[in-house]
Parts: sequence; C-alpha cells; structure tokens
Amino acid sequence: MAKKKIVHYLNQFFAGIGGEEKADMPPELREGVIGPGMALNAALGDEAEIVATIICGDSYFNENPETSKHKILDMIKPYEPDLFLAGPAFNAGRYGVACATVAWLVQEELKVPALTGMYIENPGADLFRKAVYIVETGNSAASMRKAVPTMVTMTKKLLNGEEIGTPAEEGYIPRGIRRNVFREERGSRRAVNMLISKLKGEEYETEYAMPSFDRVPPADALQDLSHLTIAMVTSGGIVPKANPDRVESSSASKYGKYSIDGIDDLTAEEYETAHGGYDPVYANEDPDRVLPLDVMRDMEREGIIGHIYEWFYSTVGNGTSVGNSRAFGIRIGKELKEAGVDAVLLTST
Amino acid sequence: MVKEIERFGIPVVHVCTVVPISMTVGANRIVPAVAIPHPFGNPSLDAKEEKMLRRRLVEKAMKALQTDIETQTVIE
Repeated sequence: MAKKKIVHYLNQFFAGIGGEEKADMPPELREGVIGPGMALNAALGDEAEIVATIICGDSYFNENPETSKHKILDMIKPYEPDLFLAGPAFNAGRYGVACATVAWLVQEELKVPALTGMYIENPGADLFRKAVYIVETGNSAASMRKAVPTMVTMTKKLLNGEEIGTPAEEGYIPRGIRRNVFREERGSRRAVNMLISKLKGEEYETEYAMPSFDRVPPADALQDLSHLTIAMVTSGGIVPKANPDRVESSSASKYGKYSIDGIDDLTAEEYETAHGGYDPVYANEDPDRVLPLDVMRDMEREGIIGHIYEWFYSTVGNGTSVGNSRAFGIRIGKELKEAGVDAVLLTST
Repeated sequence: MVKEIERFGIPVVHVCTVVPISMTVGANRIVPAVAIPHPFGNPSLDAKEEKMLRRRLVEKAMKALQTDIETQTVIE
C-alpha cells in the first residue's frame, strides 16, 4: 500500500533558516522533510510520509495574512495531500496564529484533515480551537519529545478515518463539542452526587463546563482630549538603555516604569527594546517607532491633548503568561486610576 | 493588560499589528499598526515622511478614544 501523503508547515526558525532577522520571509516550498518534520516522519513509519514542507516567516504571515494564505494554499494543492500538519508552535504567538490559520484553511478549502499543536495560552489556540484539532503542548520546544507521539497518534487516526476520542483521551485542546452518551445513572442522581461532593469540598467533574467570557465593556468615549491626561504603555519592550530593571526578553515576569518628564523624544542613545520576539533593529534605531513619544509631545504642545502622564510603563509581550499580563494590567491600571489618568495609549508589536 | 486597565474605567486604545491577537486579549478599541518590528514607523521612508506616518497613526488612536462603541471594534 502506498504511503499516505502529508504536507507540513514550519516557520523560519524551526526550519533552521534564521531567527527574527528572517521573520519577514514570504512562503517558500521545499520538497521533503525539515526540522521537527523529521521526528514526526520517523514516528509515522510506513503509514505516511511528509512529502513537502512549507516555510513562512512569522512576521510575514501575520503582516500579510491574505497574500500568505493564497500562496500557501497554491503550494499545497498540487501535492493532493491526505493530511496537513502545522508546527507544533508551543508558545510562539505569531507562529501559533499562522499554524492554526493555515490548518483551518486547508480543512475548509481543500477538504483535507489538518492538525496542529501548541501551548494552551497561544493566541492561535484561542482563535481556532473550536474549528481545528490542536494538540496541547508545553510552552517551549523542550516539550517536543512529548508532543510528537500525541500528534502522530492523532495523525494516524485522522488518516484512517478512525473516531477521535475526547480531548482528555487524545490530548487535544477542547473544541467545545458535546456528544450524546448513555450513562448508568440518571441525570438527577449524578447532579445530586456532584452537589454532595462539592459541599464536602471533594473533587468533582462537571459535565458541562460554563464558558468564561471575560470581557470588559468598553469605557465611555472621551469628548475633548485637550484637557485630559493620557498615559503610554507598551508590550513592545521599550526601556532605558541597558535595561535597568532587567525586564526579560521573553516570558516577562515584570514591567518597568520610567519617567518621561522633560523628555521629548525617545532616542537611540537613551532607549532600546528588551523584546526578544521581533527583529530589534528598527526599534533600537528609533524607539518612537514602538512608543511614539515624539508625536505625542507635538500634539501636547499643539493643545490637541492635555498632558502626557509623566511615567510610561513597559513590558515584553513575548511568551509572557496570561497570568503575569493580567497582574501587570491590574497594578498599572490601579496606579493610573489613582493618578487621575483619563486614557491610555497601549502599543504592541 | 489592555483589559485589566480598562476594567478601572479608563478607556484604552490598543495600537497593534496583529489584530486577531488583540481581539483574543479583549481590547475594545483596536487600531491596526504598520508592522511587527516597527508599529509606528516605516524605515523605508525618509525621517520626515516617517514622522508624518506616525502622526497620522497617533491621531487615529486619539480619535478612537473619542469614538463611541458598544463592543470590540477595529477602528481604521
């Protein structure tokens, strides 16, 4: 029996082409297996093989999503694959968005089963978990060895049209699908048992997890900015030169707070970026490209905005956990509220 | 961060390149930026043009703060 054909998607980093300096490379097609594809291919054995690999820079994909989608689909089509694999992307945000988007697209447009893998907090998971099978991985490539067998098992099942079990059995991120099953005990009894366990403080597993829609309603629009104070916050990692607070280049555990009293412009001599998740050349040349203080000062002088708050806050949004980001936001928000700040300009790369 | 700051009742405008990520983190006023490594700039322009580009983007962001919205909105 002929081996089934798989096309694999990687970013510039996992394909071994380069780091952030190559993140703007457009989609490129290579015959055969590359990087993490090797481990996947080996584990697939005689059943299937990766016949081609598509590589695209993370920044390119996210900055040109429509062009990238078309190019990538056109590259995949001629192979008539039986399945499409992407990643795994772990906690790399732009990569995760690309993997999940392409997997979804292949599924929709080419009617070919697709599978990807990433960390649960990857924004790609939030965007596509309902539509695509996403194997849950650890947050770094160190978990590759654990991710490969799970991805391969699911790949084989999808290729053979076998039934896919529950998220807990298979190791993918829950898609919110409910299925009818027969249980020994009727619903009322199960509900009462659950309640008793809850009252006793024991473990219990709900049969219907309520979705958590944590949305904050938009604050009211402002009328006239000319008498208001606006604060600047960034996840783009702009810090005074030499990064005095040592804000980490990825998985940040802290943020910095810096006075811009009397400063009109963020110059390359005085400021830089600590962010390790994008090519820092442009931000280091002119930090206003990430945190536009020069223009804000002009607008303050012209009376369009009242005041720029005298401190700016900065962290690195690169694999930084949702928990940390939330904690930063709460502390920053509290300070800004107490300082009487009226609005915030928050910039991200 | 956007969401938690806005929870204090302070309007936040999020200027960012990858709009889908901004949607998932729950930003309400979203203004798309230029590019990931230079959201408020474009190194291929000369300094004067680049600053004008930045000015236009900041003006858009300030206008977004003055825009009434009901739910998450991308303001171009």
